[in-house]
Amino acid sequence: MELNVPDQEFMYSGHVGCPGCGAAIAMRFFLKALGDKTIMVLPACCWSVIAGPYPQSTLKIPLIHSAFETGGAVASGVRAALDMKGDRETTVVTWAGDGGTFDIGFQALSGAVERNEDFIYVCYDNEAYMNTGIQRSSSTPYGAWTTTTPGADWKKLRKKNIVEALVAHRIPYAATANIAFPEDLVRKAQKAKSIKGSRFIHVYASCPTGWRIPSEMSIKIARMAVQTNIFPLYEVEDGIRYTINYKPKEYLVREYFKLQGRFRHLTDRDLDQIQEMVNEDWDLLLRKAGEHA
Amino acid sequence: MKRVLEGSHAVAEAVRLAKAQVISAYPITPQTHIVEILSEYCSSGKMNARFLRVESEHSALAALIGAQSSGVRTFTATSSQGLALMHELLHWAAGARLPIVMAEVNRALGPGWNIWTDQTDSLAQRDTGWIQLYCEDSQEVLDTTLQAYRLAEEVNLPVMVVLDAFFLSHTYEPVDIPDEKDVDRFLPPFTPKFQLDTANPCSFGQLVTPAFYMEMRYDIDRAMDMAIARFGDIEEEYHRLFKRRYGAVEAVQCDDADIIFVTSGTVTSTCRLVLKALRDRGEKVGILKVKLFRPSPSEEISRALGTAKKVAVIDRNCSFGAGGIFAQEVRAALCNLPGHPLVYGYIAGIGGRDVTPQLLEEIYWKTKNSDFPEKDRIWMGIQEVSHGTQRS
Repeated sequence: MELNVPDQEFMYSGHVGCPGCGAAIAMRFFLKALGDKTIMVLPACCWSVIAGPYPQSTLKIPLIHSAFETGGAVASGVRAALDMKGDRETTVVTWAGDGGTFDIGFQALSGAVERNEDFIYVCYDNEAYMNTGIQRSSSTPYGAWTTTTPGADWKKLRKKNIVEALVAHRIPYAATANIAFPEDLVRKAQKAKSIKGSRFIHVYASCPTGWRIPSEMSIKIARMAVQTNIFPLYEVEDGIRYTINYKPKEYLVREYFKLQGRFRHLTDRDLDQIQEMVNEDWDLLLRKAGEHA
Repeated sequence: MKRVLEGSHAVAEAVRLAKAQVISAYPITPQTHIVEILSEYCSSGKMNARFLRVESEHSALAALIGAQSSGVRTFTATSSQGLALMHELLHWAAGARLPIVMAEVNRALGPGWNIWTDQTDSLAQRDTGWIQLYCEDSQEVLDTTLQAYRLAEEVNLPVMVVLDAFFLSHTYEPVDIPDEKDVDRFLPPFTPKFQLDTANPCSFGQLVTPAFYMEMRYDIDRAMDMAIARFGDIEEEYHRLFKRRYGAVEAVQCDDADIIFVTSGTVTSTCRLVLKALRDRGEKVGILKVKLFRPSPSEEISRALGTAKKVAVIDRNCSFGAGGIFAQEVRAALCNLPGHPLVYGYIAGIGGRDVTPQLLEEIYWKTKNSDFPEKDRIWMGIQEVSHGTQRS
């Protein structure tokens, strides 16, 4: 099958991501979509390592690594400087993990979006602090094992809904994307590029190492996340206009959970409860999109 | 042109003349007057600059790290808690070799809340790789801010221009404001040695193994050493154009002095009065004003103090358990000098308490009448504290 994505490459061999790394796949497709007039801000995350050590880099775009909690702020500064230099052509992109977005970087992100800074913020979400060795974040889903939610202490709190938090800022554009749906991902990156002001894209990026799945399952799991309504694909314009991009046949969440080592401890009762939570979230999204049956 | 300005306004005038292009700041007393004026200059078009009204001091410096890396001149100002919140990024800015200039208005750290002057906030940042320049009056604040940009951009290190809260930041004095054309000659537009550029894509601040990291740190230390000489050259040029210079240190009547005060900031002005009064009474006393704190001008310090019998260091700061920070620096500068003077450390004026001429005279006589410093620091003017409620 031929994918309708640009041929251009800005990510080259030599990256040091784990086999099957969803974050590496996400980066490759995003850069194809955004092109060479892109400056990237990279707060601490897996990609701080994946890009490779000095004096080499796997990415052929200007890249500034930054402190963990600064994704929104450093990008604001880069944008301001480009504006002062009269460069309106270059797109400024922050590329951050879930820790740098949902948790430690949330203040700077919220500040930047409230100011409607002209940049794209991409959060590639692998649902825990994977770079430091699988510790729970506020993006870790209900039911998951991590090294800081071990044994019977598995996470019994919901994942923070980051897109809704951004939508509450009346951000011009917010969307979810997924590495198993590259055409949709590329379209959203290109659409984001064409919009002025703050734009946020939440990308599902599987982590074989942290999720205890075989590396060849990376894409399959990502696809199932959409098909089960665990990670719906949708867009929100100006904080009010919702569009759901994909209506799955509502597979059961237990299929998705059973394949992953991080959920191995869950009982049928736990899975029933999670199914209810997912159904509830999906209904809520349908209502927001004006599509409730 | 002479105008009567607050110390804060003197900073703002210098930043306008330096044509900073991106300014980012978060309000904190007593720094606010600086950024209020700059905000107004950016809005009115008096300055062609972007003012980023960020949500914290941490983000203020983070934004400048982004802007400066993109090749423009930048500025921020802060105090106390704000500077402490920036701490992580102070290291980052220096490590990334970014010539950011900051005005830091010395204010005490909480708790309890205290907005008055105290140097502990800036001195606690001494190991971050920022050049620190302490100022005595508003004219010096303006001149130093302009020099700070030249120095920062020549050695690729960030510079902190430090001024006392209220005694300097909110005090009006006549200040000579240089002509824009002359400033342009002294400080040409910023030409970055490296920057984020889509035509030449490079990675900044990436992962670096032990095979290279140490050399990068060595380079910062070398640049710091270089900054002492460069500061001298820059002052020389500034003097040619504007007829004013201050020196990394200023030695006042030190040549024949038996006892030398070491001061920084506005305490120096008070000390100058005391010096005159004591000299009139035949006392052989001098002052060494320390302006450049990082890099440490140890040679200049030991040269100026070397012939004295005793040194009385006034510290409006304290490193708990170790004493005044300037006193530590002075001891370190003198320790290898044979027969070096005795060093007396005095902690005074903490949290904005007045350092009066009487207090400085008391310090002088204490020093003169003592054969040897029994303690490494003496807290001046400590009162008996009676607690409001007593346990029965």
